[in-house]
Amino acid sequence: EEESSATNGGGDSSQKAAQWSLGSLVDGSKSLLIFVVLSLAWFLGFSSRLFSVLRFESIIHEFDPWFNYRATAQLTEHGFYHFLNWFDDTAWYPLGRIVGGTVYPGLMVTSGLIHHVLNSLNITIHIRDVCVFLAPIFSGLTAIATYLLTTEVWNRGAGLLAACFMAIVPGYISRSVAGSYDNEGIAIFALMCTYWLWVKSVKTGSVFWAVACSLSYFYMVSAWGGYVFIINLIPLHVFFLLIMGRFSNRVYVVYTTFFILGLILSMQIPFVGFQPLRTSEHMAAIGVFLLLQAIAFLTFIRSYLPLAIFKRLFLLLAVGAAAVVFLGVVLLTYLGYVAPWSGRFYSLYDTNYAKIHIPIISSVAEHQPTTWLAFFRDLHVLVIAFPAGVWLCFRKLSDECVFVLIYAVTASYFSGVMVRLILTLTPIVCVMAAIAMSSVLEKQLGSKVLELDSIYTPTSTSDAYNILSEDKIGKASSGKAGRRSKGKGKEAETESTQKEEKEVAAPSEKRQVKRAHFAFRYGVVALVCVFLGMFAVHCTWTTSYMYSGPSVILESSNSDGSRRILDDFREGYYWLRQNTHPQARIMSWWDYGYQIAGFANRTTLVDNNTWNNSHIAMVGKAMSSNESAAYDIMRSLDVDYVLVIFGGQIGYSGDDINKFLWMVRIAEGEHPKEIREPDYFADGQFRVDSGGSKTLLNCLMYKLCY
Amino acid sequence: EMASVQSLTGVVTRFWDEYSVKTPQRLQLIDCYLAYIVLTGVIQFLYCCLVGTFPFNSFLSGFISCIGSFVLAVCLRVQSNPANKDQFKGITSQRAFGDFIFAHCVLHLVAMNFLG
Repeated sequence: EEESSATNGGGDSSQKAAQWSLGSLVDGSKSLLIFVVLSLAWFLGFSSRLFSVLRFESIIHEFDPWFNYRATAQLTEHGFYHFLNWFDDTAWYPLGRIVGGTVYPGLMVTSGLIHHVLNSLNITIHIRDVCVFLAPIFSGLTAIATYLLTTEVWNRGAGLLAACFMAIVPGYISRSVAGSYDNEGIAIFALMCTYWLWVKSVKTGSVFWAVACSLSYFYMVSAWGGYVFIINLIPLHVFFLLIMGRFSNRVYVVYTTFFILGLILSMQIPFVGFQPLRTSEHMAAIGVFLLLQAIAFLTFIRSYLPLAIFKRLFLLLAVGAAAVVFLGVVLLTYLGYVAPWSGRFYSLYDTNYAKIHIPIISSVAEHQPTTWLAFFRDLHVLVIAFPAGVWLCFRKLSDECVFVLIYAVTASYFSGVMVRLILTLTPIVCVMAAIAMSSVLEKQLGSKVLELDSIYTPTSTSDAYNILSEDKIGKASSGKAGRRSKGKGKEAETESTQKEEKEVAAPSEKRQVKRAHFAFRYGVVALVCVFLGMFAVHCTWTTSYMYSGPSVILESSNSDGSRRILDDFREGYYWLRQNTHPQARIMSWWDYGYQIAGFANRTTLVDNNTWNNSHIAMVGKAMSSNESAAYDIMRSLDVDYVLVIFGGQIGYSGDDINKFLWMVRIAEGEHPKEIREPDYFADGQFRVDSGGSKTLLNCLMYKLCY
Repeated sequence: EMASVQSLTGVVTRFWDEYSVKTPQRLQLIDCYLAYIVLTGVIQFLYCCLVGTFPFNSFLSGFISCIGSFVLAVCLRVQSNPANKDQFKGITSQRAFGDFIFAHCVLHLVAMNFLG
């Protein structure tokens, strides 16, 4: 039906019908295209995260995920209220750990819910499989959320590119492979979802979207400690809009609704508690809220009192209100009502702080400063297109572009401080690179059919030839489409219709111009496609070689090239499980605490939660002292077994001897009289052969290893 | 001194006259509701100052639900004001009221949970 009416010519009404049905055909194929591309992105993201499951087995990786898995198992076995009130006495012996109040429950509740729903549908899937495959499934949802955000900021073409980038980019895959059952797997999805809903709210000014944004923020707070980024970025965005003079009723409505609902929702998580009112990390949100109220009130009064003096005073009063709010926060911090910035976040600003004051934070491998190699490995060609996207957003500079620009700048800064924060940089790099590449492709391809966002506007001389005219697209879409003012848009339309009439008048001229640019245009497009192809190959290679190791199973090759699996970790833990008393207490360095609890199901002294520095220092002191002193410490802690990892036999570099100096430093922090770091060096060198220092050769760790 | 007090009262009277003439009745109704909410909030805060903050979550729950109701009513007022029609494209006053109800459902559900 649609085709036959499209081929009918002549007559205004049938032409209009042709245009409408051609338009709806184009619209229908647009949505089909979007659906297919997003499903492919989801499938691709899911399957590229499955390397370790295919090479080894469906197992939980690394260290932290083992605790999350154990907590989820508790949730599914004993129910939600037991999980919320769980006191774990097998961790941090003899202190115990209040798990319900010190964990972000979002991850466990999500898996528990999926497990419950599937089992009630009689799909009897084990909780371990749900945990292993949760992150790959959520990666697809993250790609869709990135598509939605980029569509709001730019257009749907850029959105599709951003979704595809987000699905396979190594910076995100590193924390969301199958088996990496950690908070970031769902937190990045919640982050992108919240940002998309925030941008949508700012654009529409509707309370409904603001409430949806606050609910998504609640999910983010339940999922990850990185929610502090959201609750500082959104007020920063509002503050910048105020400085730029773009205060509008939309911003007021949306931010105040989001803030107040987000505040009370975030306090529902036991771990967060009353922190949103008491710590410096949350003061920016409150400050901007009060400032907005003051400015809205002043604007309200100004509309009723058209006094000339008051108009001049308005700016002064607004700045005065901001100063009062800022000084109030400073005063409260000084008086002690508001806690200062916590060590974790302060060390992002002062990078030397953690090394001096909190050595545990600086000893974690993920908290080291980022190298250039890390940026290229995690982002490849996107990091080159990133500044181009930023520049394009600067040119457009609408309210939502201001938001993504602030996100880009802050994420770039923080990712330079710590390797682990490349994860927060990755989504915005995908968005900006997609904007840049999409603009290049639009300009060069210039075909109307690929202009996914513009409405097909019928003109008097419409026919198939004009659909493909590139000049109309180049002028009317890339530069002017983003401009807010209606006047300019009308200008562009009249300009383009005039241009079109000129084009129809001289078709031979037009065709010549088209042919001359042919090679250049398609050369650029081919180059971009080569870049994208290289990107895809790099992503797959990086995922396969660097991010797919379960780290509880090691792999090497024999002299004849065949694969050799080193399963020492699991053998050791299972020995503990099968040969020791169920109430036995194991002393080891804190890295292995969660794994011992997960595999061997035994009581541990210290684990990866690292909440008690002096307890860890005690263990460190035991490891670094001579055997008799260590024996006294271990008796006082009721230790039954000691576990150390030694890799000297095969050249495994992540063992305890490699970490030994950190044990010494942490112990020295608490017991500076008994443990001194220079004692373990011989002539300024750390030697483990017979030429090493006497203190090192007699300490417990050395005796156990060698 | 007398002059400044007189000018202040003059400003306030002028404001009140303009307000009662210019503002539609619907918005004045919302303003009365706002004044009531402020009163409730002030009473809660004074009570907390007198009695202490022991069940802090209960005080917060009540106080934040006051602030939340105030904020949402202001949003409703802003969105219903015919002078702001061009800033809120596609949001009729019925839609504004529907959003107001939805936001209140979420706010009070959470406040109920937080009361303890």
